[in-house]
Order: sequence, then C-alpha cells, then structure tokens
Amino acid sequence: MNIVVCLKQVPGTTEVKIDPQTNTLIRQGIENIINPFDTYAIEEGVRLKEKHGGKVTVITMGPSQAEAALREAISLGADEAVLLSDRAFAGADTWATAYTLSCAIKKLEKFDIIICGRQTIDGDTGQVGPELAEMLDIPFVAYVGQIEEIKDGYLRVRRMVEEGHEVIETTLPAVITVAKEINVPRLPSLRGIMKSKSAAIQTWGIRELGVDQSMVGLSGSSTQVIKVFFPQRVHQAEMLEGDLEKQVDTLIDRLRNAGLC
Amino acid sequence: MDYFLTEQQKTIKSLARRIAEERILPVRAELDEKEEFPWGIVKDLADADMFRVFVPEEHEGLGGGCLELCLVMEELSRVCSGVAVTYAASALGCMTLMEYGTDEQKKKFLPDIAGGKKLGAFAITEPTAGSDASNIKTTAEKVEGGYLLNGTKQFITNGGEAEIYTVIALTDKSRGARGASAIIVEKDTPGFTFGKKEKKLGIRTSATRELVFKNCLVPEENLLGKPGLGFIQAMRLFDRSRPGIGAQAVGLAQGALEAATDYAQERVQFGQPIITMPVVQHMLADMAIQVEAARALVYAAARYVDSGARNVTEESAMAKVFASDAAMKVTVDAVQICGGSGYMRDYPVEKMMRDAKILQIYEGTNQILRNAIAVNLRKRKARTA
Repeated sequence: MNIVVCLKQVPGTTEVKIDPQTNTLIRQGIENIINPFDTYAIEEGVRLKEKHGGKVTVITMGPSQAEAALREAISLGADEAVLLSDRAFAGADTWATAYTLSCAIKKLEKFDIIICGRQTIDGDTGQVGPELAEMLDIPFVAYVGQIEEIKDGYLRVRRMVEEGHEVIETTLPAVITVAKEINVPRLPSLRGIMKSKSAAIQTWGIRELGVDQSMVGLSGSSTQVIKVFFPQRVHQAEMLEGDLEKQVDTLIDRLRNAGLC
Repeated sequence: MDYFLTEQQKTIKSLARRIAEERILPVRAELDEKEEFPWGIVKDLADADMFRVFVPEEHEGLGGGCLELCLVMEELSRVCSGVAVTYAASALGCMTLMEYGTDEQKKKFLPDIAGGKKLGAFAITEPTAGSDASNIKTTAEKVEGGYLLNGTKQFITNGGEAEIYTVIALTDKSRGARGASAIIVEKDTPGFTFGKKEKKLGIRTSATRELVFKNCLVPEENLLGKPGLGFIQAMRLFDRSRPGIGAQAVGLAQGALEAATDYAQERVQFGQPIITMPVVQHMLADMAIQVEAARALVYAAARYVDSGARNVTEESAMAKVFASDAAMKVTVDAVQICGGSGYMRDYPVEKMMRDAKILQIYEGTNQILRNAIAVNLRKRKARTA
C-alpha cells in the first residue's frame, strides 16, 4: 500500500506575535514543530504500513528549514520524504498549496491513500485536504476518527460528527483528514532518529514539478492576507441574577433590545 | 555546564527526557501510590529503543557504554527514580552476560533484552549476605544435565517481572566466595518461584522480590564464564554499574531542585515570593552546586569506565557515594523549601525524598563504598612508601 501523508511545519506556540509594520508573524525565537494534527496523520500512515505493508511518503511545502519536519516524520516511521520548496511557492493560500501538493502527488505516480491532519494550528482553515481531493479528482472524507477497514480499492472509516460518528465507505485512492481521536502518536525511536539524520530527502521546485509559476505561490492564490491584527479585547461580562427562568427572560430582553432576536 | 556530549549522546538524553515528561510524569504519582509495576512505561522505553542503548550493536543494540546508560538514568530519574531503577536493573541483569558470555549465550538472550521484550535482573543479595556479599548460601550443585539451584535471594529488583536472571550461587560450597558462579536462570524454570513482594519506603513502582530456588535445574550452558569466578564477576559488575546509580541520584536531585525552585518562585509569604529571601536563595544555590558537582563526577567516572580502565572501583564508588549523599540532602532541602505543601503527596518532593534514601543503601552502602575507597588510599600509600 502506498500511503502519502501531507504535513506542515508551524510555529510551536499559541502565543503568536505579529510585526505591526509588516503584518507578518514574528518567527524569531519560536521553535518550529510539525502541525500537531499532522502527527496523527503520520501515525495513522505508519500504522497502516505496519499492518498492510507498503511505504509511507511524507510531503511538505515550505522553506528549506521544513526539512526538519520531514526528518522527524522519518524518525516516526515514514520511509520517504519530499520537500516542495521554491521561491515561487512563497505566499501561497490554501488553493495554491493544494495545487502544488496535488502536482507532487501526481508525480509520485502510485498512491492508495492520502492522509492529512484535519487542519493546521496556524492557518486553521482545514481547506487543503478537501481541495487536494478535488484537484486529484478522488473521494474525500474529513474528520476521520477510525479506519475500520482498508483493502484493495476500498476504505471504510468513521467520520466524527458532533454527537457520534458516521460510517463512510469509499473507493481508493482517496484523501482523508484525521481527527485526534484516531490514535495516540508514538514517540520517535533512537534507531528512527539515527536513520532520519542520514535519510535522503528530495527537494522539488517548479522545474521538477513542471508547473506554471502563475499557478503556485502568491500569484496562484485567489485569496490574499490584507491585514493581520489582534482583536480588541473587550472585558465586559455581566452575570445574570435570579433563577434560571429569570436569567433566560433577562437574556431574551437584552437580545431583543439589541435587535438580535 | 556543557559536558561536550556527542550528537548521539544528546539524542539519547533528549529522547529520554521526552519519554519522562510525556509518558512518566502523568502517571508517576499513581504508580507510586498503587505500587504498580510500570509495564506501560517499559513498553514506551522499549519502543523508543532505550533498552538497546547498553547492548552491543552486533546483538541488536546501539553499542552505548556507561555514559550513555547514565544519561538515560539521569533523565528518567529526574521524573521518577522508581521507573529508572526498573530500567537499570534490566541492564544490570545482562551486563555479566555481555562481559563473560559466549557468543551463543549472547545471541540467545541479548536481542530480547535490547528490544525490551524481556527484562533482566541481577541476584546476589540474600538474607545473610548484604554488605557481606560473599556470605551467600544459595547453591548450584553440578549434576547430570546442569546445575541444581537451592536457596533464596532477597530484595531482587525486577523480581517476578523479569524473564532473565543472572544469579550468583555457590557451585563449590567448600570454597566459599571462591566457589561462587554466575548462572542465568530463566523465569518459568521448574523449581524457580517468587517469594513476597516487598513494600518499600520509596521507588515504589519498582518490583522488589524474593527469588526462591528449590531443586531448580538449570542447563549447564547457562553458566557465565568460568565456575568459581562469580563473586569477582559480581564485584566487577558493580564497579561498572555504580555510576548509573550516581546518575539516578543526579537526575533525582535535579528534579527536586527544579520542583523547589518552581515552588519558591510561586509561593508568596510576607507579600513576596519566598525565592526573594536570602535564606531560600542560599539553600537553592547549595542544592544547585551539589547537583552540578555530582553530575560532573558521575559523568567523569562513567567516561573513565568507558575508557576501558582496568580498575575503576574507587572512581565509581566516589561517584555513587557523592551523588547519592547529594540527592538525599537536596531532596530533604527541597521538602523544607516547599514547607507544609512539600510534605503532602499532592506535591512531588516528598516522593523524591523517599526515593532518595535507597540510593545510599543499594549497590553497596555508602559506608561499604567508603571502605573500598579507603582501602585504595592505603594500598597507594603502601606502594609509595
């Protein structure tokens, strides 16, 4: 089974600082990590390989330092790694990112399942997975909490919904994005880390992918970030008094007065 | 302080720390409270290749030495000394095999130890033989088809949980300690059972148990090295394993120092964090000095062992004694700094204080080891006189 896992390197913090001049993230002094949701994707890929054989290829798009994320994935059991790195890829939105990833995956020729994290902790859009499936013209299932069965050309998964799960069958190849319920990611092993340090990582740019520059990076993006800002923190909380019924009445009155219902 | 560790040593240390913080920390209080053997953690350590660290590469290990083992011990002990000794006991259980075993014996036992599929244990102590280790009574009588073991071993770490035991027993009773031999006994060998599991002051997650041999027949090929050398083998083993106990002390003391510092920074009395008070600052500074001095001595002793030096008795004894005395003092002071809270089980330092005491007792009491150091001083004096 050929398993592809897409991952992203993100700043390892929830306290992001923004440069007020350039509206960009201040990355100095912040350690980069694999997007936590993607660690579940790597783990699931490696588990599928351990159970059914085959290999796991990890792909990421990013600057040269994103190689560290790929090496970490190898230390966790991935077999091959591809870094998509090119100046032309810079400034990509989810669409251009998914396009670039889809070109790389097509170049891999054989793939049975593509696994992504459900979303990143920096962009938080959750769009790359479904866009990727669309571009590859294959089925897509989001928020997978369990792979129930996988065999030649067939996949049955549990898709997490608010109060339970749906069981979904699909043909393969397909793209799934996984939720954290799917597994507990392992820690790396010493042998894995040692292997990852010397592992060969391929780097592909627009030339290797044979893509038009206008389709990738900022020029291939249909959305642009105009401004990044912190929302004003307004500390205005009021505790409603009285029993539950009275509290609800007060709340409805307030909402009515504010023209909200 | 930079100890100029190699890339591989840094990798081992940082992964051990990650396991300690992510896997051991959330369960250490529960393991201590329930006196439960940490099988889940053993599996995590195995998956991370930690049991490979001390095994030679040709037997599926990573070929590390005493220093590498010390780095793992330090990091595990920083979070839980009880888990650390469980790990170390497996190393202790196969070090005699690694040094004196035949290729066949190594091939048979080491890969399973390295993979963490089986734990090891070492057994010399008996009710009559603690510090007086040569006074063992367990016999291994040579009979048709092997050795027949009879006797009881006491306070054996990993007892009942380990699969592979290196047992020191008398193959020639008439020769006393000179008739002792090291023999591997596998769990489930008929005639080999386990006595009571001890209830302990500290390191309560580790298993400490009696081994009972009643006409237990062990195949001849399980003898390690030559018969009659068991006692010497055991003494040589402890000379090389003691820095590991020193590292356990360093990690434990480091954990206590960090916990006390954190507490002193948060605890406000008389309108200010207690860490602003000179009396607390000096206690913390003294603790930090002890920890760093202990670490420097332990690493130096471990490197000396790894250099292949023939006689390391004195150096490894110094490292173990100094570090374990430091750990006892540092943990007591950590409890003192944390005050009433420090005495409560909701805080980690009372466990650390309980865990520290054994370090001054096992693998040679600090008194016996001081004797050994003094003997060397006298010998040296005699040589130069």
